[in-house]
Amino acid sequence: MSGAADSLPSPVNARPRRSAAWLHEPLLVGILLLILAACLVLVGLKPAPYVVNTIGQLAVFAILAVSLDLIWGYLGILSLGHGLFFAIGGYVCAMHLLSHAFSATGVAPDFVQFMGWKTLPAYWAGLTNAPYALFLAMALSGAVAFVFGFASFRSRVNGVYFSIISQALVYVAMLLMFRNDTGLGGNNGMTGFPLLFGYPMGSAAVTTGLALASLGALAAVLVGTRALVAGRIGRRMLACRDDETRLRTLGYGTTRLKLGIWCLSAMIAALAGVLYVPQVGIINPRVLAPDLSIEIAVWVAIGGMGRLGGAVIGAVAVNALKFWLSAAMPEAWPFILSGLVLVVVLALPNGLLDFASLRTKPTWLRNGGGR
Amino acid sequence: MSALLVDKLDVVFGRFRALTALSLAVDAGEVRAVIGPNGAGKTTLLDVISGITKPLRGRVMLGDSLDLAKCSEAGIAKAGVRRKFQKPSVFPALTVYENLDIGCGAGLPASERAARIGAVLGEIGLEPRAHALAGALAHGEKQWLEIGMVLGSNPRIILLDEPVAGLSDAETERTAALIRALRRPDRAIVVIEHDMAFVEAIADRVTVLHEGRTLYEGGMRGARADARVIEVFLGR
Repeated sequence: MSGAADSLPSPVNARPRRSAAWLHEPLLVGILLLILAACLVLVGLKPAPYVVNTIGQLAVFAILAVSLDLIWGYLGILSLGHGLFFAIGGYVCAMHLLSHAFSATGVAPDFVQFMGWKTLPAYWAGLTNAPYALFLAMALSGAVAFVFGFASFRSRVNGVYFSIISQALVYVAMLLMFRNDTGLGGNNGMTGFPLLFGYPMGSAAVTTGLALASLGALAAVLVGTRALVAGRIGRRMLACRDDETRLRTLGYGTTRLKLGIWCLSAMIAALAGVLYVPQVGIINPRVLAPDLSIEIAVWVAIGGMGRLGGAVIGAVAVNALKFWLSAAMPEAWPFILSGLVLVVVLALPNGLLDFASLRTKPTWLRNGGGR
Repeated sequence: MSALLVDKLDVVFGRFRALTALSLAVDAGEVRAVIGPNGAGKTTLLDVISGITKPLRGRVMLGDSLDLAKCSEAGIAKAGVRRKFQKPSVFPALTVYENLDIGCGAGLPASERAARIGAVLGEIGLEPRAHALAGALAHGEKQWLEIGMVLGSNPRIILLDEPVAGLSDAETERTAALIRALRRPDRAIVVIEHDMAFVEAIADRVTVLHEGRTLYEGGMRGARADARVIEVFLGR
């Protein structure tokens, strides 16, 4: 189809219409339909709680992968520390759940009792309020991303240096959270969340509700990010990814562009963290381990970067395999993951999207081949 | 008055002096060629003018008041100084049209954008390729597209780094005609080039650089007759 567009003189003055950008991407439409199907199955068939919970977690990991693909695939910035923003969302959510339980039951959370305290630390104030907690999670991850991104991008720290520093940042955060005097659970983390919005955690309604919320958030994130990358900002992102100096010499300040997308990506990762914690019932500093952050990049690489849908496929495929294999043979999982990376890098440079000629068009950016 | 005044530039990379007290004045309306052997400092000069390299000393005055040596790359571009790189630097993941759209700059109103892009497409002769990906273009087409990206913003100063490197004779001729057509009374064009026949075809004056200093400035005929220029170009 692109061949026809190349050879035929087309009216150059007419800009292609870009309404509802996600409609032009068959991969994305397919994934959105699958999400819808999953929602219908959850509501209609009422599968076992284990299955519901798995679907919800996979949706969360897909959101996390999309957040990384947004900056890696479209801006060329590889973060090996995205677990930090995921953890910020997760910790704030856990704080909300514990505050909520404390005010409802009057029983102080475990770590408060361990530390010999009577009440929660002062900075927990107001976290019983769910909208405030959500706001705090977004604002905090956005602010941390802003400070780190501003310092890096303004000094033109790019490429592998940025990746290494982002990795160091998540490691530092892990060391901090291992301390028991932070008032955030220390090395045991936080667990034992009895209630969600007053409903008992673990009930079928809450589990299904969380899975539906995660699927809905994934769909919203996909549609939103797709609209972003298909528009003028998305073209600038690709230009910046491929030749930042060139873009600067055409009169565009790239620092602001990178910083904005970086903060947005961090906030999407935090949203994933918020949805993750009530589904697994625990948050601890392990989430900040550098290998988890690297694994996010592996999901994206395996699925295929720079197409959003690829990140979803990678996150779901790898984690579904992980749920199955890490139960069947946990000690083999790291080797399987490494092997998978090697195979994908050598055989499918664009990830699983290379498979089955899913790349119907060689031009993954262009959304209407026959225009 | 000069459109662009380069005033006593010193550029040092570690212990290597790339430019030494280099001065150069380019007038509005002229096409100036900068020639010289490899390592003479030609590309470094363009890097300083476009803000990629900061000089140790010296000024680059645009008009009376603006010192480009103190501006960011984006600020310099917004002031009307645009550059084509030696290696064609088009954005491969975007179409020709989208590349030109970015070349127009962020400030151009949407209503004028389509007309401007259409005009530039005509000037560079790439209308049939408007919706092809820039990464799929032939080398010569990339060179013209990059010149088009520079033109989109209607710049006062155009810097062209080796616009005919790697082109066939026919393409070189077409590029020469394109550059001659870009000449305007309110615009200065600086071209770096190795191809002497091409320089003679387009340039009003030439500046010969050698080891970071100006060796000669004047007409091409004078350059060919200058003893020092001959010595530098024919080797020692």
